[in-house]
Amino acid sequence: MLAWTIYLSFAGAAIVLLTPKDKPQVTRVVALLTALVGLGIAIAGTMTYQPGTLVTVTRAAWIPTLGIGYHLAADGISLVLLLLTGIAATAGILFSWNIDKRVREFFAFYLVLIGGVYGVFLSFDLFLLFVFYEIAIIPKYFLIAIWGSAPNGDTSKRTYAAMKLVLYSFAGSALVLAGILSAWVESGAKTFDMQTLASYPFPVHFEMWAFPLVFVGFAVLAGMWPFHTWAPTGHAAAPTAASMLLAGVVMKLGAYGCLRVAMMLLPAGLGAWGFHVLGFGSWREVFSLLALIGIVYGASVALVQQDFKFVIGYSSVSHMGFVLLGLMTLSQIGLDGAVLQMFSHGVIAGLLFAVVGRMVYDRTHTRDLRILSTMRLGKTLPFVAVVFTLAAMASIGMPGFSGFIAEFQVIVGVWRTMPWMVFVVGFGILMVIGFTWRALTRAFFSDGERRLATGASQHAELSPLTWPERCGSLLLLAATITVGLYPQLLIRLIVPSLNSPLFAALRNGGWR
Amino acid sequence: MSAVSYSQLVWVTLPEIALVIAALVVLACDGTVLRGAAIAQRRGVAALIAGLGSIAGMLLVERGPASLHLAYGMLVMDGQTRVVQMVLLALTVLTVLLSDAMLTPAAARAAGEKTAFTRHIGEYFALLLFATVAVLFLVSTQNFLLIFIALEFLSLVLYILTGFDKGSRKSTEAALKYFLFGGISAAFLLFGISLIYGLSGSLDLGQIALASMRPDPLWMIAIVMVVVGFGFKVAAAPFHLWAPDAYQGAPTISAGFLSSSSKVASFFIFAQVLTVGAFGAAGSGVWHGSTPGWALVLSAVAAFSMVMGNLAALAQTSLRRLLAYSAIGHAGYMLLGMIAHTPQSIASLLYYVFTYALAVLGAFGVLAALEAQGIDRIADAAGLSRRAPFLSGCMLVFLLSLAGIPPLAGFFGKFWLFGAALNAAPQMGLFWLVMLAILMSVVALYYYLKVLKQIYVADAAEGAGAIRSGLWTRVTLGVMAAAVVVLGCDPWLLMRWIVR
Repeated sequence: MLAWTIYLSFAGAAIVLLTPKDKPQVTRVVALLTALVGLGIAIAGTMTYQPGTLVTVTRAAWIPTLGIGYHLAADGISLVLLLLTGIAATAGILFSWNIDKRVREFFAFYLVLIGGVYGVFLSFDLFLLFVFYEIAIIPKYFLIAIWGSAPNGDTSKRTYAAMKLVLYSFAGSALVLAGILSAWVESGAKTFDMQTLASYPFPVHFEMWAFPLVFVGFAVLAGMWPFHTWAPTGHAAAPTAASMLLAGVVMKLGAYGCLRVAMMLLPAGLGAWGFHVLGFGSWREVFSLLALIGIVYGASVALVQQDFKFVIGYSSVSHMGFVLLGLMTLSQIGLDGAVLQMFSHGVIAGLLFAVVGRMVYDRTHTRDLRILSTMRLGKTLPFVAVVFTLAAMASIGMPGFSGFIAEFQVIVGVWRTMPWMVFVVGFGILMVIGFTWRALTRAFFSDGERRLATGASQHAELSPLTWPERCGSLLLLAATITVGLYPQLLIRLIVPSLNSPLFAALRNGGWR
Repeated sequence: MSAVSYSQLVWVTLPEIALVIAALVVLACDGTVLRGAAIAQRRGVAALIAGLGSIAGMLLVERGPASLHLAYGMLVMDGQTRVVQMVLLALTVLTVLLSDAMLTPAAARAAGEKTAFTRHIGEYFALLLFATVAVLFLVSTQNFLLIFIALEFLSLVLYILTGFDKGSRKSTEAALKYFLFGGISAAFLLFGISLIYGLSGSLDLGQIALASMRPDPLWMIAIVMVVVGFGFKVAAAPFHLWAPDAYQGAPTISAGFLSSSSKVASFFIFAQVLTVGAFGAAGSGVWHGSTPGWALVLSAVAAFSMVMGNLAALAQTSLRRLLAYSAIGHAGYMLLGMIAHTPQSIASLLYYVFTYALAVLGAFGVLAALEAQGIDRIADAAGLSRRAPFLSGCMLVFLLSLAGIPPLAGFFGKFWLFGAALNAAPQMGLFWLVMLAILMSVVALYYYLKVLKQIYVADAAEGAGAIRSGLWTRVTLGVMAAAVVVLGCDPWLLMRWIVR
């Protein structure tokens, strides 16, 4: 049944194109229904799932001579990310209710992207995974280039950002392609099936060079420093729904690929080299350090941005650093935290972008914190201010929100494996609090109005909040609070999967 | 020497005979019955006869001998040859179907009238059929004599087709350039063949293969000569200089044929010559383990083509020149399949070149429909998706297939080709070349997206209205786009015929 999330999204894209041109409302409702049904299927799949098992959805020969199969399956990790995709997709459509330019095309590209993302999370055949991974690339370009925000009517920025994002993604996937083709050849060119390859004993020297290839390829999309630069520009230039998806699920594609492909299939690549270069003794140490730099660097850049959307964009880089760091701890608690952080950041970043891009920007037409600070949005848009305050609390990892339990587990994992890093991570968290607090006060609770008495006339112009915005905000808030209060909901899916035979090779190579 | 049975010869060459008859009928009809009829009418009848002739050819190939080796490899048929012949005939049918849009001349474009660029409709379609006869012969022989004759026949027809738009200086210039380069490259090829004949005493590729096992420095010279000759035909750098001009100047229908059918046939026979004929002199292009031979020469040519073609395409402002340079890049990828020279890699090469031909012919079809409105530069395509949604959708499919985005046919072609190349050499020795190809496909995505950006993102110029295109053109392009999607989703449909 889970496979229908993919088919429905693609079918929805086709149906959306066939809706009447002059009735955008019909188009929106069709798109929303598609996303809602997808979410429903993901929830139903989670409810009926037996933790620790691998649910085979579809398995058929596709291209027999090359060993390519159409193999869709799901374990707990896939299901968590399916849930996230369903939530983010639904919320994204609610927040793009006000799109009125080329509506049908917008939702068609949007749903194709969603379908591709569902496909990646469900694929258990390397070829299939790669196909879905690339299907998700092209719609991103058009979503940003056509509907992206263009401050002062300058469209060159958004086409630049869109092209940058696509080329980074495609370059990353080129590395992945080289890696998976090599793995296929190395394993005797018989199969692309991930279940089979997960237990295939690749030679260690092969994994040593193939692992970084695949890991970096995917990590580009996960926003790993120094390959993160597509993320802030892309997020800032994208239309709200697309930023929500980019930060919410597309970056997770990268992290998921790191875990599912690089780490699950080529775990020996994480082992010690046997020699040291610049103090590094393994790829694990290299990538841990890069993740750490990402956390601190992203936060410190976010601290000085004047553009509200860039603040959130860099905060994504920082938060994704936690995911990658969690993966590199190679401990059960760290990996659990990483997967939980994928979910958590997907929801929270979606919410933050919704506030900045849709609820604030579309009303005030500025993202500049200096100007926003004169508007006293806390008074004029109280609902938005409350939503952003809650989202900010979630983002900085307050207990009671999903971010807390995720980052906490990552830190525990780091503490157990690489203790000195905990201090740097702690410093990073302080900076996250710093920039979030700064953005929150500047944008919503500043009293700058008294100094610049220009705000009075603007109050009247701000249109009231619409119901799709309220629904979308509540959906995302509900998700982060539910998981925050009862994390067992997701942990019970993730941990048994991490202990399943699929990750046996990874566990045997240094699990702590 | 075995005696050749003429009845058998006729039976084997029935498809070619059917095409020649169709060509003669086209000429006769156009010259007698339809003399004085309107251009559109003449075109319709000529296209009908040409199309029927090609379809008859397909049926005859289907019913023809499954495997055959006649008179020193003069005529050779096997499963793969049959598939290639079928594809070539299908491409001719598609070209003919697209000719509706292709017949608007450069000069009339400015005036806005819709006439043909030439009055010689019959001759045009007859030449198209003759070119098809040439490619059919080219792929069904393993004898250097017939290879050379068929190649020259094909080239002669293509020179004429390139220069057919006599009102256009560019067309004439393109034909002249193509002719001069073609003549020189033919001389190289002939020199290579003469050396090989001297070395082996035979023109039959099978016999030559035996001789190629004996090492002889002359072999290297002969091979380089042959690679130069064929490198020109397949437009691989550094023998590509004619291609951009020919693609730009030729009437669109000719350019479409040049980039699809001619490409398929040239690649197939190039692979035959090297893998069958010069098998013993293959050498290897493996990193750290390279040995002299054609694999090494081709590796250099392939690497240069990929880099040159894709980088030069970045700078193009004309859509046709962009396609021409991208064709050079694609030739580089395809050479990978030959360098690996395993049955699997040759099969993947065929899959690649078939799907490439389909997509590039489609792209030229869209261009032809657009050029009626004076669109040639990339910038002219601004806002096209609002002016011609259907044509834009087709162009999206064709260009993304060329760029290698799933689930389109071009993606699977690349995937299989790269996989086969990696799998062929010991220790993945061709990894460096595959890596280069993969990196260059990132570059390629950039310039294809640049075109699509104009089409989908940019706004149309003021006052630009909807673009009309003929029904047949739209149906044909729709079918081709659907085929590209279907072959990408289920490659096995085509693959099973090639792998056998």
